[in-house]
Amino acid sequence: MPAAAAPVALPESVDEVLQALADEPEAMILAGGTDLMVEVNAGRRRPVSVVSLTRVRELAGWSRDGDEVVLGACLTYADMERGPLAALVPALGQAARTIGSPQIRAAATIGGNLGTASPAGDTLPVLAALDAVVETAGPQGSRRLLVGDFVTGVKQTALLPGEIVTAVRVPLRRGRQEFLKVGTRNAMVISVVMVAVVVDLDGRTVRAGLGSVAPRPVRARSAEAFAAEHADWRRGAVASPDVVARFGQLCAEATSPIDDHRSTADYRRRAVAVCASRALARVLPPEGVHGDGGPSDE
Amino acid sequence: MTVTGERLRTGRGLGTSAARPDGVPKVSGTFGFSSDLHADGMVWGHVLRSPHPSARILGVDIGPALAMAGVHAVLTADDVPGTNGFGLEHADQPVFARDVVRFTGEAVAAVAADHPDTARRAAQAIVVHYEPVEPVVDPEAAIVAAPIHPDGNVFRHLVIRHGDIAAEGDVVVEGTYEVGMQDQAFMGPESGLAVPDDVGGVDLYMSTQWLHVDRDQVADCLGLAPEQVRLTLAGVGGAFGAREDVSMQVHICLLALHTGRPVKMVFSREESFLGHVHRHPARMHYRHHATRDGRLVKVEARMLLDGGAYASTSGPVLVNACCFAAGPYHVPNALIEGWAVRTNNPPCGAMRGFGAVQACFGHESQMDRLAAELGLDPVELRLRNAMRTGDCIPTGQVVSGAAPVAELIRTCAAAPLPALDPAPSPMSMPGGSGRAADAGRVRRGVGFAVGFKNLMYSAGFDDFSTARVRLDEGVATVTCAAAEVGQGFVTLAQQIVRDVLGVDEVVVAPAETMTIGSAGSTSASRQTWMSGGAVQGAALAVRARLEAGQTGPIEETYEHHHPPTFPLDDNGQGNAHVSYVFAAHRAVVDVDLDLGLVRVVEIATSQDVGRVLNPVQVVGQIEGGIAQGVGLAVMEEIVLDRGLVRNASFTDYLIPTALDMPTVTVAALIEEPEPGAPFGAKGVGEPPTISSSAAVAAAIRAATGLALPRIPVRPQDIALA
Repeated sequence: MPAAAAPVALPESVDEVLQALADEPEAMILAGGTDLMVEVNAGRRRPVSVVSLTRVRELAGWSRDGDEVVLGACLTYADMERGPLAALVPALGQAARTIGSPQIRAAATIGGNLGTASPAGDTLPVLAALDAVVETAGPQGSRRLLVGDFVTGVKQTALLPGEIVTAVRVPLRRGRQEFLKVGTRNAMVISVVMVAVVVDLDGRTVRAGLGSVAPRPVRARSAEAFAAEHADWRRGAVASPDVVARFGQLCAEATSPIDDHRSTADYRRRAVAVCASRALARVLPPEGVHGDGGPSDE
Repeated sequence: MTVTGERLRTGRGLGTSAARPDGVPKVSGTFGFSSDLHADGMVWGHVLRSPHPSARILGVDIGPALAMAGVHAVLTADDVPGTNGFGLEHADQPVFARDVVRFTGEAVAAVAADHPDTARRAAQAIVVHYEPVEPVVDPEAAIVAAPIHPDGNVFRHLVIRHGDIAAEGDVVVEGTYEVGMQDQAFMGPESGLAVPDDVGGVDLYMSTQWLHVDRDQVADCLGLAPEQVRLTLAGVGGAFGAREDVSMQVHICLLALHTGRPVKMVFSREESFLGHVHRHPARMHYRHHATRDGRLVKVEARMLLDGGAYASTSGPVLVNACCFAAGPYHVPNALIEGWAVRTNNPPCGAMRGFGAVQACFGHESQMDRLAAELGLDPVELRLRNAMRTGDCIPTGQVVSGAAPVAELIRTCAAAPLPALDPAPSPMSMPGGSGRAADAGRVRRGVGFAVGFKNLMYSAGFDDFSTARVRLDEGVATVTCAAAEVGQGFVTLAQQIVRDVLGVDEVVVAPAETMTIGSAGSTSASRQTWMSGGAVQGAALAVRARLEAGQTGPIEETYEHHHPPTFPLDDNGQGNAHVSYVFAAHRAVVDVDLDLGLVRVVEIATSQDVGRVLNPVQVVGQIEGGIAQGVGLAVMEEIVLDRGLVRNASFTDYLIPTALDMPTVTVAALIEEPEPGAPFGAKGVGEPPTISSSAAVAAAIRAATGLALPRIPVRPQDIALA
């Protein structure tokens, strides 16, 4: 059922968006609407006014900027799940493909995933693992924050009043990437556990982002250090089964999951360990084995 | 699954896949569902529901809601002019709670306002002073707990004693099994429109399963004569049992009579989950006795069903769970005890399979356990004990109709197994798009199950159907109050009349209560037999007058009754049922052992159908029923936390998507005509759900080696075992 009519502003530039928000500080921001309209339809939010981002061209699409890609806040999952962007940042494409239905992916945006900041936000572990930087614009100018600093709690962000997310800068890393998600359905499911593992062959690091296992996306730092230390970088980045297993355990130890209606804390810890081990085995395949994960970087 | 070859008989009579008259409108978006109803000048209703599973109501202040602009009426228990109670078996559920609420979601007040959001906000503005009471949520404890309703906590207690209850077998296997609370999860939420007339009556347009019984319950609550409530079926977006009970019917009629305006209401998805009954959760304890060569000697069972706060159909569901507790087998001796009890959990009632689903999970789990104990193949054990015509069920009633159980088992088990994919893609592995599965840790399992249940209502209930056929200038018009809920009765009615009268153009008039008698409920797999029989009877009467030379318009009305049934006696004995229907399912699953994720690869099935009247519709029922059976096996459950529903949304109440749906292989449709059934046809809607869940659970056990005594099987049940 529709809510009582709320005025919708249709600005065409970021400046106009900020002005609209200054005019209507209580306004809600609408992009794909896949979070907002669920809340509205359920009666949990009643916007007094809405500022739509759909006509702001500078927020759409993505571009390459040196060794980064810049993702506009209104970039949709449909844009991320295939094509050149998915080739550049494979884990992001893999995450995008797990989200909702094709209709949802055509509408939902990466800026919305950040703004909602759900513990189950599907792109957040990937962005955290890559040390992506969120760009914001607001009355006090623009800011850049690491994703880990942008998300401050369960559905909490560092956005100040009148500020919006304008873009996400994702560093390009040479090396394999893997995103694994566990849910109780083969598609269209809120994650029970997510694991993103990224290899940086140049920096000789392994990065692990975990989701749905803490209020915010988690970086498993000690697991990362362990993997980097024990990987054989000279022989094309390989890891032994023992290393893979230990990496999974260390990732599980980095989590603080809860029991809820979707799963249990114990299962989440187990699933993180299993998925993290599998992800590492795919990105650092044992010698002679071709991982079934992201594109080869050779 | 596609219907091919001989099955795709073209034409428009019986036995053909005649097209649905509502098919194109439904897929093209022009079909009018009840949520699309509109009347000029209408206002919107909204119900205030209890946030507590159990509480005393110390006071209700409707003032703040009444004071809001746009609010036309705020009604509470004080405004119910007739009986403040409704229910299919016992009128034990209040229209509005007065002194006490007994489940989360119970109606306390209703609002009419000029906008749905105003109505919603006004309902939230009503101040209710609750004093929470510790809820009774454990059904075992409820049996002896202090009554939470004046009618007590036991809806029905039943004992079936059959043969020599002291008999012993050489081999005994024992097990305790549990089934979670499944929801019907139809797509079209509850919705309706009530339009007051000028003389104190009301026209109600409603998506429902049983028009006349809705009408009678509404009239009783409104203090009106039944004919003052005129009900017309509005477009139904799925039912599966959840529309058998009254939901908003009384509320919108009350609001319409109070405001003098048409009142429309559409439940949100959350309200829908809170506002209709669910499948009974079950705890079952079984002990099977058998000879060493695998012949069943005795089945002992204790069935405990959680009926939730109000009776709904808990009694008949329990009767079914007990009658079919031993499965479609020759069982010479049985001792079966059943309890259906009241708790402060959400009310439970009818859902596709109606008690037989829970029982089937129990008896089929036991048959597998017995097969393992005996070192027998599970299919072979079932064949050795398969029920045949002339056998009796534990109530002592002889199964006189078709019972092709052995043929179902043989044909289903003989279907070729799907090949293993040597290089599976992530989307074909457990977990699908999440890419979490590891092919090296995925194991395949195969499971088998057989189930049965009754057709039509039982135990003395005369659920007749009425139909009228009018032939005028070569066009036949069928009038029948059978609710079309998606099952295809409108198609079947056309097919029947085309065959009997030889006409091409058959119009099915709207289902209503004004000009035609009851058709009974669209449930219990009964409308093909009952309303199909009524349409056939009316059409034959028209044909007789034609053949006698009558000209001009001819109209005949026919009331179709099934043979009488009888209540069970003190030992649970008696001829309570009309007819039975059987099906077998073989499930193939792939399980990721470390993550506990399951992909159901294929379900093969053979079904006892009597006669195929419309091949596409039969296969549609089979595929849909299997989807619900797969859902119950691996994902569908209302999660409760001390009486609170934790997942009243399609975000968190998961039902299978197209990517979760297995390949469905129809191994055989056994056409052994059922004596006494119109056209020899049996209902086909429920059997696909009855044994498919049990087959999937058995396949997961085969893949994992785990006992898995509970469905749905959750990932943690496997991964943390």
